[in-house]
Amino acid sequence: MQISLTLNGKKITEEIADDLLLIDFVRNHGCYSVKRGCETSNCGLCTVFLDEKPVLSCSVLAARADGHKVDTLEGLQEEAEEFGSFIAGQGAEQCGFCNPGMIMNAIALFRENPDPSDDEIREYLAGNLCRCSGYEGQLRGIHDFLEYKRKGGAR
Amino acid sequence: MKAVGVPFVKKDAMALVTGKPVYTNDLAPKECLIVKLLRSPHANAMIREIKTDVAMRVPGIEAIYTWKDVPQHRFTTAGQTWPEPSPYDRLILDQHVRFVGDPVAIIAGENEACVERAMKMIKVKYEVLPAVLDPEEALDGPVLVHPEDSWKALCPVGADNKRNLCAQAEDGNGDVEKVLAECDVVVEHTYHVRAAQQAMMETFQTVCFMDMYGRLNVMSSTQIVYHVRRIVSNALGIPKSKIRAFKPRIGGGFGAKQSAVCEVYPAFVTWKTGKPSKIVFTREESQIASSPRHDMAVTVRMGADKEGNIRAIDLYTLSNTGAYGEHGPTTVGLSGHKAIPLYGSAEAYRFRYDVVYTNRMSAGAYRGYGATQGIFAVETSVNELAEKLGMDPMEIRMKNMVKEGQFMPAYYGETANSCALDKCLARVKEMSGWDEKYPRKVMPDGKIRSVGVALAMQGSCISNVDVGSATIKLGEDGVYNMSIAAADMGTGCDTILAQMAAECLDCDLDDIAVSGADTDTSPYDSGSYASSTTYVTGMAVTRASEELKKRIVRQAAKMLKCEVDEVDFDGHIARSDKTGEEVTLAAIGAGAMCGSDIALQVTESHSSPVSPPPYMAGAVEIELDPETGHVEILDYYAVVDCGTVINPNLARVQAEGGIVQGIGMTLYENIQYTEKGQLLNNSFMQYKIPTRMDMGNLHVEFESSYEPTGPFGAKSIGEIVINTPAPALTHAIANATGLWFRELPITSEQIAMGIMENEN
Repeated sequence: MQISLTLNGKKITEEIADDLLLIDFVRNHGCYSVKRGCETSNCGLCTVFLDEKPVLSCSVLAARADGHKVDTLEGLQEEAEEFGSFIAGQGAEQCGFCNPGMIMNAIALFRENPDPSDDEIREYLAGNLCRCSGYEGQLRGIHDFLEYKRKGGAR
Repeated sequence: MKAVGVPFVKKDAMALVTGKPVYTNDLAPKECLIVKLLRSPHANAMIREIKTDVAMRVPGIEAIYTWKDVPQHRFTTAGQTWPEPSPYDRLILDQHVRFVGDPVAIIAGENEACVERAMKMIKVKYEVLPAVLDPEEALDGPVLVHPEDSWKALCPVGADNKRNLCAQAEDGNGDVEKVLAECDVVVEHTYHVRAAQQAMMETFQTVCFMDMYGRLNVMSSTQIVYHVRRIVSNALGIPKSKIRAFKPRIGGGFGAKQSAVCEVYPAFVTWKTGKPSKIVFTREESQIASSPRHDMAVTVRMGADKEGNIRAIDLYTLSNTGAYGEHGPTTVGLSGHKAIPLYGSAEAYRFRYDVVYTNRMSAGAYRGYGATQGIFAVETSVNELAEKLGMDPMEIRMKNMVKEGQFMPAYYGETANSCALDKCLARVKEMSGWDEKYPRKVMPDGKIRSVGVALAMQGSCISNVDVGSATIKLGEDGVYNMSIAAADMGTGCDTILAQMAAECLDCDLDDIAVSGADTDTSPYDSGSYASSTTYVTGMAVTRASEELKKRIVRQAAKMLKCEVDEVDFDGHIARSDKTGEEVTLAAIGAGAMCGSDIALQVTESHSSPVSPPPYMAGAVEIELDPETGHVEILDYYAVVDCGTVINPNLARVQAEGGIVQGIGMTLYENIQYTEKGQLLNNSFMQYKIPTRMDMGNLHVEFESSYEPTGPFGAKSIGEIVINTPAPALTHAIANATGLWFRELPITSEQIAMGIMENEN
């Protein structure tokens, strides 16, 4: 079947297999930040935005994205760098494999709720698994980022 | 110090947080054969017939291999220094399949769909044999996991495949039976830790291709490039010189990738076909056919006098290595040697073990490497002993635990030259508000708040075995390249080793570019495991830096036309004391590239005759709901003595990550086999690793001793940090409920049922 969508701002029209998953579609298009960590839709590594809303791209058919807008971390490099530097500032990125998915979801959180409480942060990001960091360093990084934002982006 | 002790951001951090393609599967060639494995549905069976002709006709299929196609000499996939203690008990594919998930055929094709289709068309006739799943029934039982005569043990580890025995030994000091008989109080229990999974976020994956020299290139997510080269050589029966193994970024390892779990399959495909290939394990494969922790039942008899002096420890471990012996003979040793020495004042100890084969997935190396299992047993025994004596568990530890300067008979006869465990425990006691909180408090809503405590130790290398190396060279712009074969798997070793080099060479961290690990270009390193990278490779880095500095001074003396001892070098400029003339580091680097016979490149290796233990104390406060058995972790307090902290941020995150893995193993991560030997916990739905809702608040601090044999006084941090949660949580749950749970994981259901049974 043929689909047309906007991936990271670029229009793509392509013939695809009916059962192609969105994760494989975006990786085929060089969006390697999107990782596969499970087959059961519960690790959060493959999080992308579908019309600005975070979805698990392993659980969405590429066909479902037909006519829609898909964004991956490749298209959000400035935000990734800005926020990611605070995760790195804690050494909490560790192996890094879960970072793109977590950072996508964190960006979604900050867009929805610019001043989240700790409980709101934990709950919103609960579906983003990380095996290295123990999460505490990520939380410190998020605190630092929110503080920086509160100060109007000054370090 | 300017570079050591500074919380630098990791060198690769920004590439990782912005999602750059730096992992194995991101870097695979586009036109790459997809390799998958048909796996056995039976726990023990002989393949009597296998038909691949129909499957071969699926369009896009390149090759299908069965046991008839592979070399018939056995090898081990354990990443260990040769001669490996793990027995040579594997073939790439075997006619005899020994666990549910054991590979039966390798299928390679141009895309995933055709490979999956072909896999379904392979017809296999199995002769299903009785299986041995229970380690208690394995030794000298009727079912042999490895009846074959081609099975081979390279080292005298007490193995005997005709008895299902992978390893067996006994050691001790003093007369344990006599001392135990004299003790006022003796506790005796068996503690069981299951085969928990590392569950690193990146599954096992490897890409292979032939280079222009006709050599097999193996790019893999591995902690052990040099061992991978040897393992692939052994498996394929080709010379090591024909193989290059290297790693890109690794998406987590925790020991899982200290075994060559997936490398030999695509290596075989590429060697046979000449075409690039890759294997990417699914999460299910990573759960059912990988290299998890050894399932161990540790029986402890611990005796003390009325005053709470621990007088004797008798420990027996029954370890289940599964179908193959990877790390079987070595993990078990730590269950005694890195648990008993926590109480070094005991008059006698004995440590015995059996490691048995069963028809379950093979175990491997997982952070803690047997020490985790032993410490769960010993630390819980101490807590049970304290209860029996009516003593505060802090007090019994203060009285008995290992102190600096103490000789440790159970720790390979080494002396604790650097040990701040007493300070760690005192600080944990203070941080946790122990005296106010111990043992429990019933809240107005009926929930119970309680606390638990545990100590831990580990090693800092495999003494007299591990080798770490570093090559450092100066470039003409005055910056250094450092090449290592230690594997940064997210731990940050590229960065902390560069910090050490920068400290020695008096330069900025940015002036050290790090590369590795690559068997063609990196100096030999046994790899990143056994907590050895900071301690062993770190020493190699400091030695290489010091030697390089001498050569820089020699080159400078030549350029300044003075004697070497007249040169004053501050890391940036070399100055002649005599003439006052100066040359910059960049000029020295350039100078060595024109008409010079001084190589400004140094390789140094290091190995250590000792393995100084890091120490740790951990305390947890939980809130337990007696209605549901739910345990909520409120706060976890941990104080670590890893010697000098090289990078406080990275050390802290190591500790936090280890604690949360320990929490997962204790409360959530279950391993359940059906009676036919199928693992039920084969996905993240059935194998629940902690989310950020499950770990409470972590409070980590450091109390540093100074280790004289380590770089800048450092020991290790990577593994010890997983060891306190199991005993500390078990203790807290006992303090809340009065019930001792001696088998992990301790689920809410078990707690609720336990409370109910107790009430009845």
